[in-house]
Amino acid sequence: MADNLGTSPDEVQFRFRDDEPVDHGTVTVDACCDQTNATAVRIEPGDDARLLLPYLDRLALVEVNFPGFGDGRGYSSARILREAGYTGELRAVGDVLIDQLSHMRRCGFDSFAPDKRLDEDDALRAFATWENVYQRAADTRRIIADKRHEA
Amino acid sequence: MYQYDSYDQAMVDARVEEFRDQARRRLDGKLTEDQFKPLRLMNGLYLQLHAYMLRVAIPYGTLSGGQMEALADIAEKYDRGYGHFTTRQNIQYNWIKLEDAADILADLSRHEMHAIQTSGNCIRNISADHFAGAAADEVVDPRPYAELLRQWSSFHPEFTYLPRKFKIAVIASEKDRAAMRLHDIGIRIVSRDGEVGAEVYAGGGMGRTPMIAPLIRDFVPIDQLITYAEAALRVYNRYGRRDNKYKARIKILVHELGAAEYTRQVEEEFAHMLAVGVEPPREELARIAAYFAPPAFVDGPKTLDRSDPDFALWVDRNTHRHKHDAYVSAVISLKPAGGIPGDATAEQMRVVAKLARDYSFDELRVMHTQNLLLPHVRIADLHAVWSALDAAGMGAPNMDTIEDIIACPGLDYCSLANARSIPLAQRISESFAAKGRTEVVGELKLKISGCINACGHHHAGHIGILGVDKKGKENFQLSLGGSEAEDVSLAKITGPGFDEDGVVAAVETVTDVYLGARQDGERFLDTYRRIGMEPFKEALYGG
Repeated sequence: MADNLGTSPDEVQFRFRDDEPVDHGTVTVDACCDQTNATAVRIEPGDDARLLLPYLDRLALVEVNFPGFGDGRGYSSARILREAGYTGELRAVGDVLIDQLSHMRRCGFDSFAPDKRLDEDDALRAFATWENVYQRAADTRRIIADKRHEA
Repeated sequence: MYQYDSYDQAMVDARVEEFRDQARRRLDGKLTEDQFKPLRLMNGLYLQLHAYMLRVAIPYGTLSGGQMEALADIAEKYDRGYGHFTTRQNIQYNWIKLEDAADILADLSRHEMHAIQTSGNCIRNISADHFAGAAADEVVDPRPYAELLRQWSSFHPEFTYLPRKFKIAVIASEKDRAAMRLHDIGIRIVSRDGEVGAEVYAGGGMGRTPMIAPLIRDFVPIDQLITYAEAALRVYNRYGRRDNKYKARIKILVHELGAAEYTRQVEEEFAHMLAVGVEPPREELARIAAYFAPPAFVDGPKTLDRSDPDFALWVDRNTHRHKHDAYVSAVISLKPAGGIPGDATAEQMRVVAKLARDYSFDELRVMHTQNLLLPHVRIADLHAVWSALDAAGMGAPNMDTIEDIIACPGLDYCSLANARSIPLAQRISESFAAKGRTEVVGELKLKISGCINACGHHHAGHIGILGVDKKGKENFQLSLGGSEAEDVSLAKITGPGFDEDGVVAAVETVTDVYLGARQDGERFLDTYRRIGMEPFKEALYGG
């Protein structure tokens, strides 16, 4: 059953990592907490990402599902994992739209498997929308306020 | 006043280009209307009954004369020569074409303005006490904190797809002139043992389920304000309801969890966030605050010639005590008797801009009561200011009176409305003005909403009117006893609703009851609170 869940590397349209992608399916958060060997997990909007914190060391892939683009819980899930030190792949899957890419990237997503493939040019432009940013997030970008006050 | 540096300007310019690109992709069919909708909304563009409406942000209600002139130019170039000032200190244009929208945003950007996050399920424009920087009773000027929050909330990567819209208001005095506790988050800047911090309220709001925000923290050290806001928003983003649009505001979460449990979760997240470190550097607040340094006030006369009774009445009604005793703040009424509350023509906007330049250090405010304000006017200049306002149809001496009605756009414009609010406001203000009853009745805040969404703040009116649809006909429910101020309360419905003529008469009836029962110095609200609903009910519906 677990093998049916999740996206395959072929479905990943954008990936900002150099390591080999995980080549098997993901399990649910519940299953991940129950079984000690799972290395890939899928978070649904209603799942508490913090349940995964004890297992971050063994996880290589976390998929965060966006069943509808308007449900923004996955942005918090992503940031929470990065704040806890998760360094594996964090993949946004589902109803992922062009105009959400830059925000998702800032929340710590480093791969994207949208249900519908996105226009490459539009997407690359979207990733580069913000030359500077106002607030701290899961990326390590220096914010505008830092730059204003650098010595 | 705050001024953009190259970073701020680049952010707004990037947003204009982003929107231009989004509009192009919409026209190319790469975006469906469902996908485009949240994007245009986050740039202030609504589809209304007859046309697109563009809502332009006026952060914490502060703008310069030059910015007001830019708003006048937009009204003429892209709209029908007027604009509508709103209860969240913004301006709306009601007759916009989609193909002009990106150009309007570019025009705004040239004047350090934008329409960013004036709609959509994100953190909206931050509002503040309209007397900020001028009021005699403020602890500090609340606007630097509002600006800090503006920057933090602009294009926030985690909080752009919240369960529902999110409104924040900031004040810094005991008096509440911003309906602070009727916001999703209300912040009062306070001073404790010489240290500045924030009192934080969460879960207030109007709409179909009005709630007064409970206090969730009595003191957030000011250099942790952004961190605390981030924690409060994260708990809401994760646990606010998404199954039902009408239960998605933070007030429902706070209510269902209980204020204590919501607070506990925020505190836990706050402790975590402090460890992560999300606060901007301390120097940033100081940098922002420097822009809000008080202008160079000069001493001058503290009294004036009151021999002209019309002028004297206006001074008594429409001016507010200033922290410098040779100055006052002067309210510019956008409520002429029989007029449309909050509307101003391009010509009027230019008159106001010139007055700001000549008499108020080039500063203006938009008030949540849908009026404008000259924050710093020398008492010696008041007569000249009044004369110019009067000549331009903006000299009505009616602040906080029954003519100073807050009304939503209603069924004349809005696709959500069930009833018209504007004609009702016009009839009531005209009738009280014509009978000379306005001054007799004194302070009386009347607020009208054309549907249950409560944009006209009817829950917070001393008298509130809610328009509903009753079997295809407009029907108006009357409520009494609300307040958006420091004595905040929610109005209660009197009983069965009325038709338009009936509700106009009912307003007169309840003011009769008040005049008959009031004791010395009592406002309508005070009398209502003392005598209760019964005498009003009896007069309205019989024994």
